[in-house]
Amino acid sequence: MRRVAVTGLGTVSALGVGTRPFWDRLIAGTSGIRRITRFDATGYAAQAAAEVPDFNPSAEEIDDTLRDAVDRFTQFALVAACEAWRESGIQLDDNLAGRAGVILSSAMGGVVSQDDAYVRLYGHKNVRLHPFTVPRVMNNAAASHVSMRLGLRGPTLSTATACAAAAHAIGEASEMIRAGRADVMIAGGADAPIAPGVVRSWEALRVLAPIADDPACTCRPFSRDRSGMVLGEGAGVVVLESWEHASQRGAQILAEVAGYGATADAGHLTQPGVDAPARAIATALAQAQLPADAIGYVNAHGTATRLNDSTETTILKRAFGAHAAALAISSTKAMHGHAMGASAGLEFVATVLALRHGVLPPTINYSEPDPECDLDYVPNTARDAAIGAAISNSFAFGGLNAVLAVKRA
Amino acid sequence: MADSIEQQVINIVAKKRKLDPATVTLDSTFEQLGIDSLDAADLLFTFEDTFGIVVPDDAAQSMKSVRHVVDGVRQLVAQRAGA
Repeated sequence: MRRVAVTGLGTVSALGVGTRPFWDRLIAGTSGIRRITRFDATGYAAQAAAEVPDFNPSAEEIDDTLRDAVDRFTQFALVAACEAWRESGIQLDDNLAGRAGVILSSAMGGVVSQDDAYVRLYGHKNVRLHPFTVPRVMNNAAASHVSMRLGLRGPTLSTATACAAAAHAIGEASEMIRAGRADVMIAGGADAPIAPGVVRSWEALRVLAPIADDPACTCRPFSRDRSGMVLGEGAGVVVLESWEHASQRGAQILAEVAGYGATADAGHLTQPGVDAPARAIATALAQAQLPADAIGYVNAHGTATRLNDSTETTILKRAFGAHAAALAISSTKAMHGHAMGASAGLEFVATVLALRHGVLPPTINYSEPDPECDLDYVPNTARDAAIGAAISNSFAFGGLNAVLAVKRA
Repeated sequence: MADSIEQQVINIVAKKRKLDPATVTLDSTFEQLGIDSLDAADLLFTFEDTFGIVVPDDAAQSMKSVRHVVDGVRQLVAQRAGA
């Protein structure tokens, strides 16, 4: 079976544009969650979000013509993909172009553009919508634009599995490389859901946290006083490559995607199950040929809703047995927010860097242990820990679970 | 002597394609100007907004040069004025 190397990382998030600020702020325990600025959120139940600050891509990255033609989520994807691609150092030739593809997820698609179009249509009663509305809104726009920008002509598609979408993208892209269908894949996800219609829709589910006195403290995963999730935006994108291909060209291998488990609860639409997520973890470990006690770090789904965090704790106990108590677990969502289809991409990048640097990003805003969440959540401060392997959990609405097992290179 | 509709159409086309308006003439075709079908849809949207007209699909299909656009827009503006 072919092995899968990670050779490039790219991120756009509330912690900044680029993987350097992303990682520096993650280990500093700095939150990117602030009061919403993209629209006037006065009167909203949820007034905090993890918005990307100062997103002004250069004309070289996104020129004026392209800016008009794509939604914000595609702009994030392009900037993150180009960062990852530059880091990989891959030189494309005609042969490789056909063996290189893209799987980029988006849970929501171009909702900012859709929201704007609907304001025009329903609010202003203007029946003429912009001709770019469909190309901006379509879920595969990010995957298509990245393929066009980089000239990748292999298998290219998008996944739309809500909050697990980028984990499915990275997992399925890895499987394509293992199966020999591609040698290089760009994988990850992007979303830009901070628009009035989307925030109101999430409010209706009653899972968003009310803004804290200090907005940076709004998202408090695994803490007893947690009060819900905080929407975020951005993109987390990686370059995956067959181990052989990466070795032959002398590439710097950042980590190995060693295992991938995908399962469905086939139960409730929004209440997370236990058996299926635990089975996804077991599947990922089995493929990676890692015993449970080889895992040193878990980047949790950790949304900071009451139900997710207690259920995820139960899932980890089910999957790891006695070793659960020895796991270091953190949710980085307290810092980059829940960036929907981008979340698992950002969290995968965080997991790769934790292995690479031997530093575990903390769960910030952790103030009080919860009897229902009684494991080690790396509270508040980053921790030095030389670990050999980690997993990243993603459990989506719809009961769709994806777990990635990552080994240090 | 270019009338206002002609000059406005040329300016819009030139801006869209990042060209010097002096290089865009009535005889320039969309093909020569590198205007593809998606660009054309975008331009039509701008013409509709600028001149307060609605370009029907069949008229839009026949607009393949600046002259076609100017003639078509002039006709639609006249119809609107006469209505």
